[in-house]
Amino acid sequence: MAAFILRRLGVLGVILFGSSFILYNLAAISGDPTADLKLSNDPNRDFLVASLTRELQLDVPPPARYFLWLKGVLGVFVGNPDFGMSRDGSTVAHSLALAIPVTIRLVLAATIFAIILGISIGIITALRQYSRFDYSMTFFSFLMFSLPIFWVAVLLKEYLAISFNNFLQNPNVPIGWIIGIGLVSGIFWASIIGGDRRKFWMTFGAAGTIASGLIAFFSLTGWFLDPSLGPIVVGAMAVGIAYGVTQLSVGLINKAALKSSLTMAAVTFVAYYPANWLFDKFPNPFTIILLASLNITIAVFVALAFSKIDRGPIVRTSVLTAFIAGGLLIVDKFMQTWKPYMETDAINYRPVPTVGQRSDLLGDEGWWISNLDVATHLFLPTLALTLISFAGYIRYSRGTLLEVLNQDYIRTARAKGLTERTVIMRHAFRNTMIPLTTIMVVDFAGVVGGALITESVFGWSGMGTLFRQGLLGYDLNLLMGVFFITATLSVVANLIADLLYSALDPRIRVGSGA
Amino acid sequence: MAFSFKKKVEAAEVSTSGENAIANKEIEGLSQGQIVRRRFFRHRAAMISLVTIISITVLVFTALDFKLFGVWKVPGWWKWTPEDLPELRFGDCPNDTVGCPTISFRPKFLGGNGIGFGDHPFGQDDIGRDFFALVMKGTQRSLSVMLVIGVIGATIGTVVGSISGFYRGKVDAILMRFTDFIITIPAIIIGSVVGFHFGNLGAMFLAFYLGLFAWTGLSRLVRGEFLTLREREFVDAARVAGASNRRIIFKHILPNAVGVIIVSVTLLMSGAILLETALSYIGFGVVEPDVSLGLLINKYQDSFTTRPWLFWYPGIFIISIALSINFIGDGLRDAFDPRQRRRISKKERQESATARKLAQAND
Repeated sequence: MAAFILRRLGVLGVILFGSSFILYNLAAISGDPTADLKLSNDPNRDFLVASLTRELQLDVPPPARYFLWLKGVLGVFVGNPDFGMSRDGSTVAHSLALAIPVTIRLVLAATIFAIILGISIGIITALRQYSRFDYSMTFFSFLMFSLPIFWVAVLLKEYLAISFNNFLQNPNVPIGWIIGIGLVSGIFWASIIGGDRRKFWMTFGAAGTIASGLIAFFSLTGWFLDPSLGPIVVGAMAVGIAYGVTQLSVGLINKAALKSSLTMAAVTFVAYYPANWLFDKFPNPFTIILLASLNITIAVFVALAFSKIDRGPIVRTSVLTAFIAGGLLIVDKFMQTWKPYMETDAINYRPVPTVGQRSDLLGDEGWWISNLDVATHLFLPTLALTLISFAGYIRYSRGTLLEVLNQDYIRTARAKGLTERTVIMRHAFRNTMIPLTTIMVVDFAGVVGGALITESVFGWSGMGTLFRQGLLGYDLNLLMGVFFITATLSVVANLIADLLYSALDPRIRVGSGA
Repeated sequence: MAFSFKKKVEAAEVSTSGENAIANKEIEGLSQGQIVRRRFFRHRAAMISLVTIISITVLVFTALDFKLFGVWKVPGWWKWTPEDLPELRFGDCPNDTVGCPTISFRPKFLGGNGIGFGDHPFGQDDIGRDFFALVMKGTQRSLSVMLVIGVIGATIGTVVGSISGFYRGKVDAILMRFTDFIITIPAIIIGSVVGFHFGNLGAMFLAFYLGLFAWTGLSRLVRGEFLTLREREFVDAARVAGASNRRIIFKHILPNAVGVIIVSVTLLMSGAILLETALSYIGFGVVEPDVSLGLLINKYQDSFTTRPWLFWYPGIFIISIALSINFIGDGLRDAFDPRQRRRISKKERQESATARKLAQAND
């Protein structure tokens, strides 16, 4: 195993060396960084050209200059990497250090949403194969495949951001919209839940009425201007989460798991006011981390107290419930921050921005408000990226699950008389996740490189912007710095994917092939 | 209880054997190619997409003047060219804008202008150029770029993949390391570098260079396919009969791998059109004075609020092309998949059941 990893790392080193050498020379011969200086009318033009030449070592021919660059980069191994200087005089390492967190913030949430949404919808479509829901989701995912992200982004800016901001000026939902939302959500839930005709219409009616009623209630009470959940709703939702998680994870038949999950829901309800007090008193990430770890510790002990045998799955269920229900508290806190946030001068009741990564005008208004500001700026790019990328997960998880459901071990599991839940969640779902995991890893690395367009549409200054700047200004060091990060990421992600695959699927032996 | 269970099982057996009978009867005496073609023609979404893509191609390539081999000029049926500068249309536009589209779908008796194209169906751009002509030109560009990338990517990918899968060993190791080499560079990054440096040489050069980097996924797939196929009995049989490597590759293995190749080439092409438009959008692809759909969208995205048609029409063309190609790929995949069974409708099942009953009664 160790020999395999070492050999792979060696090969990867050679590959990285080769591709960076090619890219360096390709970029170097394409343009002269001093060209625009030479054309300028500046009196000390010659001096500027000479100093830039000295700084970027332009008098060294490109193939040799590559090795100067490489020598600096190889400093990674002695803890002192030197990516060189960019044209504007700052070090490339500094620009990269500023840009990487921005890009990761941009793609992280979108990737997570896309994975969760894509896999759940993919699984539902596979279970309801050839249903109307399956067909419409197939069409939808093909449509999303075919959409250029820059086009979606402009549409979202126009119709979502600007229209929503206009709507907030006078937040009354017209009756047509209320009925429309009710119809859509009725059809959506009824097709997911399925069943015979009678059940279909019952689900349709219930889901539609609930959705319409909620929207009407929100509209009448001005909830959109001052949203919050409050302890009662948080408690009720936590109970719902407890039932849902238990059903998916071990089945409602497992009384110990249900009891411990419900206890955790109760704990969330009780903790509502104390947690809010702590959030106000100590507004920083450590409070959240501390509360989260406390919550999970309690969950483990509650689960241990309720269970006698087979404790692992019960602890897992209880921790999962506690984690999701605890997340509700944070969501609720952000909702409470919504009103003060909108009332600040920088926002002035137009909360959904179309460009940028934060409001520059927003002063120091506290931790919650500045984080809500970051979140609203993430909203549109995240939505656009999620829409574009989750279609792939739908197709892939659907295909994999259908393949898995045809396997002999699924038939065996059914023949043993296991419940459908156990067959799907334990036998089919876990085997579906094996190829999906490796895809996710590679995808994440790819998304970082592909954020170039998203960044340019939404005016973020991350890796993509640096890359663009490097390319347009013939700024070799900057260009190579970005390339070094993305290429290393993609190479390492591929290696991790291979290792993960063999770890998850014992049938695959690492080291037998290349 | 036990009895009813047994009955159920019997019923299930009858129904599956019935389905098999229907499916088998349909493909009796047909060659593999005929079966695939028949399955493909039955895929409704793929057929609609095929018609769409053919109509778009015919529409955009006949609309403007077309130079055959640079000598013969085939005149287009549309009155404007992208270079013409007709006068900007003022007046009777919504919200005091200029150059609005004249295309109309509402017949006269419903209070519209009648179904027709009008003078400038997609409107006019800032300086009055006819937007329909511009979109036609841009779509021509995008379609040809897509085709070139597809052809070059398919050729290199198939050659590299089949050589390394067939010969294995050292050749395989070297070729696959070379493939890894190209994969390391994210597509959009190599696309930008290539586009930035070769974009001004014209769209065809750009497509050619992009194609040189677009084959990696395909070559991996083809290699995998060759690795499995070369171990099959019919290849052994051919070798024993004295067939040369060349004959085995071209006559025995390649025809069996062609399904995988065609499907992934269609996906490659739908990716290519999105890549080209995205590159042109960020300014590293097709550059002015040439026209491309991505370039048009980039240029007029700010006028979306006032003159939305400048944004809608190029986008609709990109989406219809990419969507159609994806659906065609899906249809081809289903057609080539030997495990794929058509869903047998209730009516057919009943018909075959009655036919069987009649046959039994006659016995």
